[in-house]
Amino acid sequence: MTSPSIPAALAKACRTVRPAGPRDAVAGVVPGWVAAPAGDDEASALLAAAAEHGLAVVPRGSGTRIGWGAPPRRCDLIIETQRLNRVIEHAAGDLVVRVQAGVTLGQLAGVLGAAGQQLALDPPPALANGSDGGAPTIGGMLATGTAGPRRLRYGTPRDLAIGITVVRPPGTVAKSGGKVVKNVAGYDLGKLYAGSFGTLGLITEAVFRLHPVPAAALFITAGFADTTAASQAVAAAAGTDLAPVAVEIDRPGRDGLVRVAVLLDGDPAGVAERAALLRDVLGAGTASSDSAPSWWGSAQPARLVTGPHGPAEPTVLRVSFWAAALPGVLAAIDGAGKDAGLDPAVNGSAAAGVLYVVLDGDADPAAAAQFVTGLRDGLEQASLDQSTGGGFAGGEAPPSRASAVVLTAPAAVRDTVDMWGPVPSLSLMRAVKEQFDPGYLMAPGRFAGGL
Amino acid sequence: MTVEALVPRMTEICGPGGVVSDPAELRTYECDGLTSHRAAPALVVLPETAEQVAAVVTECARARVPFVARGSGTGLSGGALPRTDGVLIVMSKMRRIIAIDPVSQRAIVEPGVTNLAVSTAARPYGFFYAPDPSSQVICSVGGNVAENSGGAHCLKNGFTVHHVMGLQVVTPAGELTWLGDGTGSAPGYDLVGAFTGSEGTLGIVTKIVVRLTRIPQVITTLLAGFRTTGEGGAAVSAIIGAGILPAAIEMMDALAIEAAEAAVACNYPAGAGAVLVVELDGPEADVRRDVAAVRALCKEAGATEIRAADDPAERAAIWAGRKSAFAAVGRISSAYIVQDGVVPRTALGEVLDKIAALSSESGIRVANVFHAGDGNLHPLVLYDDAVPGEEAAAEKLSGAILDLCIEHGGSITGEHGVGTDKAKYMPKMFSAEDLDTMQLLRCAFDPAGLCNPGKIFPTPRLCGEVPGPRRGVHPAVAAGLAEQF
Repeated sequence: MTSPSIPAALAKACRTVRPAGPRDAVAGVVPGWVAAPAGDDEASALLAAAAEHGLAVVPRGSGTRIGWGAPPRRCDLIIETQRLNRVIEHAAGDLVVRVQAGVTLGQLAGVLGAAGQQLALDPPPALANGSDGGAPTIGGMLATGTAGPRRLRYGTPRDLAIGITVVRPPGTVAKSGGKVVKNVAGYDLGKLYAGSFGTLGLITEAVFRLHPVPAAALFITAGFADTTAASQAVAAAAGTDLAPVAVEIDRPGRDGLVRVAVLLDGDPAGVAERAALLRDVLGAGTASSDSAPSWWGSAQPARLVTGPHGPAEPTVLRVSFWAAALPGVLAAIDGAGKDAGLDPAVNGSAAAGVLYVVLDGDADPAAAAQFVTGLRDGLEQASLDQSTGGGFAGGEAPPSRASAVVLTAPAAVRDTVDMWGPVPSLSLMRAVKEQFDPGYLMAPGRFAGGL
Repeated sequence: MTVEALVPRMTEICGPGGVVSDPAELRTYECDGLTSHRAAPALVVLPETAEQVAAVVTECARARVPFVARGSGTGLSGGALPRTDGVLIVMSKMRRIIAIDPVSQRAIVEPGVTNLAVSTAARPYGFFYAPDPSSQVICSVGGNVAENSGGAHCLKNGFTVHHVMGLQVVTPAGELTWLGDGTGSAPGYDLVGAFTGSEGTLGIVTKIVVRLTRIPQVITTLLAGFRTTGEGGAAVSAIIGAGILPAAIEMMDALAIEAAEAAVACNYPAGAGAVLVVELDGPEADVRRDVAAVRALCKEAGATEIRAADDPAERAAIWAGRKSAFAAVGRISSAYIVQDGVVPRTALGEVLDKIAALSSESGIRVANVFHAGDGNLHPLVLYDDAVPGEEAAAEKLSGAILDLCIEHGGSITGEHGVGTDKAKYMPKMFSAEDLDTMQLLRCAFDPAGLCNPGKIFPTPRLCGEVPGPRRGVHPAVAAGLAEQF
């Protein structure tokens, strides 16, 4: 993109445009410009200019997860949301908040906390450095579809977003949903944009359902020598009527203890009562605490932050499965690790069927690729085994009931693995992409299936 | 190709017992739960398998004949209104519960399974299926998916979309495919979420993976009588403001109470101008605390009488009045229109006052029965269809109520869907750009516009049509593919 008219067109569209630098790279792809629109009008004008000049666009929030996904095939312009930073309306009596996409989770938590309310999402910190201090933005969280331990109770961003405003090529501003929780008027485009990695347009605003902050919270923890016992504990805890908000596991390495922790919240006396019952369910050696264990919701187990490998960027996978397959999934991770000569760490929402699997940053790229392939094969086997227990015959259940997505990885690993792996109903997804972004201008290639 | 010409092939696919072409029999399918819109289909088929549905749709697509899917036909927005020039695909023969997986908290069911049957099947494992539309005894899960159905208890538990984890669908081109993998976090676009609530316009569901919810330790139902709906509304605000999240908060006004009393002798507090039904569920100690708090808050708001029940039979007795309300109103009025607008909860009092004013101005009675916790109104606009002009006046009043909802930042529909009935109100809630963007999703799934055409969108653009000012007759209308309101 060398046409001299492009900078002029961008400057005309938006007051805040600068040339990009190496630090603006998206998975190694360095863009030409960075623009920060102040509102929907500038965002719309930017996408119109991008469409006119054929510029590939990647939206960016605070950039904590900008390296997630496959490298875009092209990236000319980054549209960042830092100036879309207003909490537009907090209707406390309606338990609803309307925010611009660049509002950070920390900023929002401050506003809501003052009213005893919360957006009940706790995405794991950005993975590269183990902590992000509340820096991720609403837009980034929505676009990457990240959720943390409490997904078991409250779901993921798509479940709590009740309205969304987007700007899509060539600059069309559109909204769906609204600011009431119960609303079935029209298609719910929020579902489509949540987790779409910027490939359908720029999210500029969202409305969320809120929850009251519970009066008390308690974490009940236990350690298990093997994955079978830990899996049984997870299933037992999730199957009680003690209303667990989250059931997490952590396994720093193949030979370490498997730690299980359960979050209870609600009335203080009730929580204490339930905690006692839950400790019986989990068996001997349990403890309870009103603060979370250090590994809680970290996605990146502590070993990798403090260990000998320094800050080298790890390979992080998100593994999803039907919860009954947990023992098989853990065995598949073990098996793929042994075969590849790696010792992955595991952490995540076991009862909700989501685990993060982390390989050291200095892992041999060929071994990492072998691990990913081996894990995908093992997961398929694990979900088939689980299906015989569930009595599924051919064609009666989704053909694939588990997946492993590589969220982020060092460049050498990215080059050797299929980050997204097999995707169900890809042809329909491609049809959606081609309707919303026929010119493939929005983060082309970053998403599943090359979308 | 005419629809009649499809009969031999449809009979091959579905068997002679699975095809209805007799005009008298076709008439029985002419409407769903919204009886004011009627259209007898040209042909009805009743497939028994997903493969048969795919074959039926393939034939329709080849012949360019529109088709509409129908579950139990309980919908209240005309979402399953047939096309006189099309095929109605009735899913009621597909009612297998395929699997229950209590550890994964999932069930796989066919679309014709009734909502309540899922909970019944899950109960031995300690689970239930949370969305509970009031028609749950007969409405189908497939219909629930199409409409993103709610119910009294979605205040706490969410709507159908929060409980659907995977869908096997037949695309409008006739292809059988799975959306999602049942985990709720499959890689790629969330087509399960986008499909749920699309009112049958993106394809036909043939299997559903639903999430099951643990049966709560205890359930307590409170009934509180108030002098006015304003006092009842204040109690609702106080409960939510105290950080309590009940499973359900329902309100009925004096006219609705009167009707319910006459129909089922529900023995609600005598002379009450409003009653609240508040249900609390969860762990015992938490519920105990919340019940005490709700009692105190209702009293503070002016409750004249409060009753509580834990026992299933006593709880059912409290719910009897609420659940009978729609039918009961039918006994005090020969005809009525049910609206489904939503307002922010904090605007409830103001909107109810305005509805009362509209009612007294027009002389048309309005009974209010609604999901107060989430601001979802169900005003029942009563009229005498034997009196000339009353129906028109009632429709005008209904429209004015929806305008009120939009003015207060709400929605034209909370759970019944847009369907045929409310398509004309969509442009009041959404801009042309919003509607055109939604239409892109439609075009991705159904470029030929054959799948339940004419629903949701008042003036759909043809797929591929360049946006711009609309002039003259819309091409989709001219082609007979859409209707304009």
